[in-house]
Amino acid sequence: MSDQQVDQGKRTWLIASTCAGVVGGAATAVPFISSFQPSERARAAGAAVEVDIGGLKAGEKLTVEWRGKPVWIIKRTPEQLESLKQTEPLVADPKSERKPAEITPMEATRNEWRSVKPEILVVVGICSHLGCSPTDKLTPGPQPSLPDDWHGGFLCPCHGSLFDMAGRVYKNKPAPDNLEVPPYTFLSDTRLLIGEAKA
Amino acid sequence: MAEFKTAAANAPIGEKLMTWVDNRFPATKLYKEHLSEYYAPKNFNFWYFFGSLAMLVLVIQIVTGIFLVMHYKPDAAKAFESVEYIMRDVPWGWLVRYMHSTGASAFFIVVYLHMFRGLIYGSYRQPRELVWIFGCAIFLCLMAEAFMGYLLPWGQMSYWGAQVIINLFSAIPFVGNDLSLLIRGDYVVGDATLNRFFSFHVIAVPLVLLGLVVAHIIALHEVGSNNPDGVEIKAKKDAQGRPLDGIPFHPYYSVHDILGVSVFLMAFTAIVFFAPEFGGYFLEFNNFIPADPLKTPAHIAPVWYFTPYYSMLRATTDFMVNVLVVLVALGAVGAILKGRFGGSAKLGIAIAAVVVAFLLKTFDAKFWGVVVMGGAVVILFFLPWLDRSPVKSIRYRPDWHKWVYAVFVLFFLVLGYFGIQAPSALNERVSQFGTLVYFGFFLLMPWWSTLGTFKPVPERVTFESH
Repeated sequence: MSDQQVDQGKRTWLIASTCAGVVGGAATAVPFISSFQPSERARAAGAAVEVDIGGLKAGEKLTVEWRGKPVWIIKRTPEQLESLKQTEPLVADPKSERKPAEITPMEATRNEWRSVKPEILVVVGICSHLGCSPTDKLTPGPQPSLPDDWHGGFLCPCHGSLFDMAGRVYKNKPAPDNLEVPPYTFLSDTRLLIGEAKA
Repeated sequence: MAEFKTAAANAPIGEKLMTWVDNRFPATKLYKEHLSEYYAPKNFNFWYFFGSLAMLVLVIQIVTGIFLVMHYKPDAAKAFESVEYIMRDVPWGWLVRYMHSTGASAFFIVVYLHMFRGLIYGSYRQPRELVWIFGCAIFLCLMAEAFMGYLLPWGQMSYWGAQVIINLFSAIPFVGNDLSLLIRGDYVVGDATLNRFFSFHVIAVPLVLLGLVVAHIIALHEVGSNNPDGVEIKAKKDAQGRPLDGIPFHPYYSVHDILGVSVFLMAFTAIVFFAPEFGGYFLEFNNFIPADPLKTPAHIAPVWYFTPYYSMLRATTDFMVNVLVVLVALGAVGAILKGRFGGSAKLGIAIAAVVVAFLLKTFDAKFWGVVVMGGAVVILFFLPWLDRSPVKSIRYRPDWHKWVYAVFVLFFLVLGYFGIQAPSALNERVSQFGTLVYFGFFLLMPWWSTLGTFKPVPERVTFESH
């Protein structure tokens, strides 16, 4: 082999056909990789959900499913709303300024309560760390796994992230962001549409 | 190409048959190379059982897996029910399923011990680097196989475990969210995820795994086995070119391994029959509840074999990132003041340290948790180049090296223990310290492995006949 002259014409064709083969192979991989994407059926399943919150009393929580995720609707008591003032220095992003387009898409919810109506909290009950659903720890006071000056809120059982009564994440916890506030609309005083923000 | 041979006219029928085959397929050649004339050191101790045991468990997993697939349904609406059907209605289905679930844990026990053996006897050192690297790739495949297989029963732990691990990928900057969407095939873990994990678990990963096992063994048989003394037996050969300290794998080690297999099967069957859940460690209790996407179990922990890495993930908080920034700074200052590098290399180190510190503070601690967890496995691949000790085996290293290994193993176990426990302040601090010990062991190895007084390595292996 080594004592033969390189046939440049042949070599050019070999390189060209190898390149063409690589391009063809890569193109063939596209449909296979694309098949990993959510199917049309999965995409269509994201419709808005209508909920009747007429029966919800102060301090109660309702969980509904929207796009396969748990959405919490909580009617906060005046004390719980009051606790948000105390947790403000403890939470990482009190004014919902991080990634607003993703976490708080609605302008009307970028306030101290993170809600349209102060008492009604609507959040996706999925921790921004790794997608676990936090547990209710609504009673204030010292408890296991919680700080001694606990003001009421939620504890993620997976990695110990804490959230206050507005779904705001405590500082120095694994979760980087607050709980997501989904787009929602009050169709009337008792009917709530989750998944669509109508002006 | 071998020459065409002809058996003598009066040769026995068996010899004629083998001659016919050998002229067409190297059966006798392969048998000699890998069994009857593969010379293994004669001083193997019990640590050398775990390689063949890993093969045995692989066979158990493949055979039981084939039978489970005959009854299992990879459908989010039917999966949990079909596993219960296997357990209750399929004749002996419970046994096959318990063998498979116990086999998963047994695989990791055997493989962890097999890796530890390699670690203490320096079996990854030249010329066995590729044996070790193929082995690390097998370990990665096993982790993928175990993780995806764990989703299939579609219990609460299956569901939420997969949710957590897939969300790890979404922590990767810029492409993370799209990547985790691509893995799930839906906006949440669902039927699409279950189906593709089933496909990977039963076809794709086992194929890769088998290929890697073959590569692992071919590489091993090319360079020859290491031994507890770390002495190259090929250095001393007899007149026929056979290593003086080597004995044919078959029949010596094939028979020897039957002892290991017997002891292993006693423990394995005892667990399968009397404690298949193993107190919630092999089969977690929460996984007997069907998957509920709206409710995370109060306490979720991965199966025991992932817990050391899971602890490292949990340990990486903002505080830990700050600690890492300080360590990077100290390391860079140390390297610049004490290191034997040129001026431009020192400048490079300073720039790299600043860049790393900047990146550490730029991205979320969540992302770095993923990097730490992945890095803990990836760092194993580099072991052959991290160890610079003049001897291979721990037997001829300075005695205090044994303490270094002991501390490493202790913290690996401690990390594993805390990975099972609920999060707490103590858990977090201990895990953070353990993570630093784990990485310190490897990253500082080029330095500490050269220190101390090494003992003289004998010419021949130490062996007492019995």
